[in-house]
Amino acid sequence: MMLAGRRRSSRARSAMAGDVHDPERARRFREAALPHLDEVYTLARYLLRNAADADDAVQECYLRALKHFDTFRGGAMRPWLFAILRNVCKATYAQRRFVDPDTAEDAVPLWSEPPETPESQVLRRRDDQSIRDMVSALPAVFREAIVLREINGLSYGEIAEIVGAPVGTVMSRLARARSILRAAWLSAEEKAQ
Amino acid sequence: MMTCDDAGVLLHALLDGELDAGHAREVEAHIAGCPRCAAQLRDYRAMRQAMSGANLGFAVPSALRSRIDAIIPAAPVRAPAPSRRSLLQGFAFGAALSAAAAASVLFVVVRSDEDQRMLGDVVSAHLRSLQAEHLTDVPSTDQHTVKPWFNGKLAVAPPVADLTAQGFTLLGGRLDYIDGKAVAAIVYRRRVHVINLFVAQASALEPTAARHEMIQGFNVRRWTEQGLRFIAISDINADELADFGAKFEAASRAGA
Repeated sequence: MMLAGRRRSSRARSAMAGDVHDPERARRFREAALPHLDEVYTLARYLLRNAADADDAVQECYLRALKHFDTFRGGAMRPWLFAILRNVCKATYAQRRFVDPDTAEDAVPLWSEPPETPESQVLRRRDDQSIRDMVSALPAVFREAIVLREINGLSYGEIAEIVGAPVGTVMSRLARARSILRAAWLSAEEKAQ
Repeated sequence: MMTCDDAGVLLHALLDGELDAGHAREVEAHIAGCPRCAAQLRDYRAMRQAMSGANLGFAVPSALRSRIDAIIPAAPVRAPAPSRRSLLQGFAFGAALSAAAAASVLFVVVRSDEDQRMLGDVVSAHLRSLQAEHLTDVPSTDQHTVKPWFNGKLAVAPPVADLTAQGFTLLGGRLDYIDGKAVAAIVYRRRVHVINLFVAQASALEPTAARHEMIQGFNVRRWTEQGLRFIAISDINADELADFGAKFEAASRAGA
């Protein structure tokens, strides 16, 4: 009885508060969401691997975020924006009949073991662009995990919430992402020598 | 006894600082006795260091930034700030206010005029540095290159700290102007975020504790030390900027 009443009143409140044109609400949104634009855009570039698609996705993300700003109840703004962006990107993929990023995991064959490296060998320093290229070349689920972790600096818990998977899955995806990355790093090194 | 398969996944949690103490000890024990897993961990560490030192972010195209700016309804038009005189009149009528309280409020009002202009300059200088592809005059990750570059260009010698190990990469230095005066801008990067640290001569020698505020969506941390005034501005979150300020202060104190 109590519960039903509470639910009704919270629904009534959110229906009342959803005014996109409320200037005070817009000001709060601007302050909370705009500082993260660079990071949201960076994530979009890595998820979609295409500048024009990333532009559209980020714009759609901010539109949706503004519209649903009332459902954001404090906490960290970045993971909330990333989760919205991810949904937008998934919709973009679906439209284009790309492989769904969630099922891509099964489509990837077990990665080959990276070559054994003698303990004296040290990974050579690579320039920014070649690191970006190596990250971009990763299969979708692994790319998403490594970008959220290494570039956006999120915790396992935050990543798990965004991608809707258990923390253990996040950890094993990161392990595979780094393993593939390491193999790429080493083979690029061999070519360079 | 932990196998290589278990350790192979768990060492990532170790690397990311997400492992509880018990498991961390187990993984470390395995690595100590397994050269193969030790080599992997070493490579992953090197990779992570290279990635955190690299600029892997993409800059938002200015057209997209303005499009997004346009979809958010404009900020409410603020009523013009009451003039100082009308504020004073207000105090004169407010019989309940003690003279001391009125004086302290007046002080805040007077200072905030100056502050507002200065902080406006700080935000503009920060934005300019990001937009005009003119982030640094002296691009270098070496503090011993950046610090002497300011010699003869400014009346002060700004401290330049190497905070790479703490996750803030030094990008270089630049001359900039705040409030009509030349100041040093020391530029750092945290992941995809740029931090501009402006250093100018302080009006008083007394050190002041750090103050935090948010202006136009940017976090700002200000403090005074060693006769210098420091203003750090960035789009990183307030906690990280506080962390940056504390580390910079500690490093420059150690170097002084």
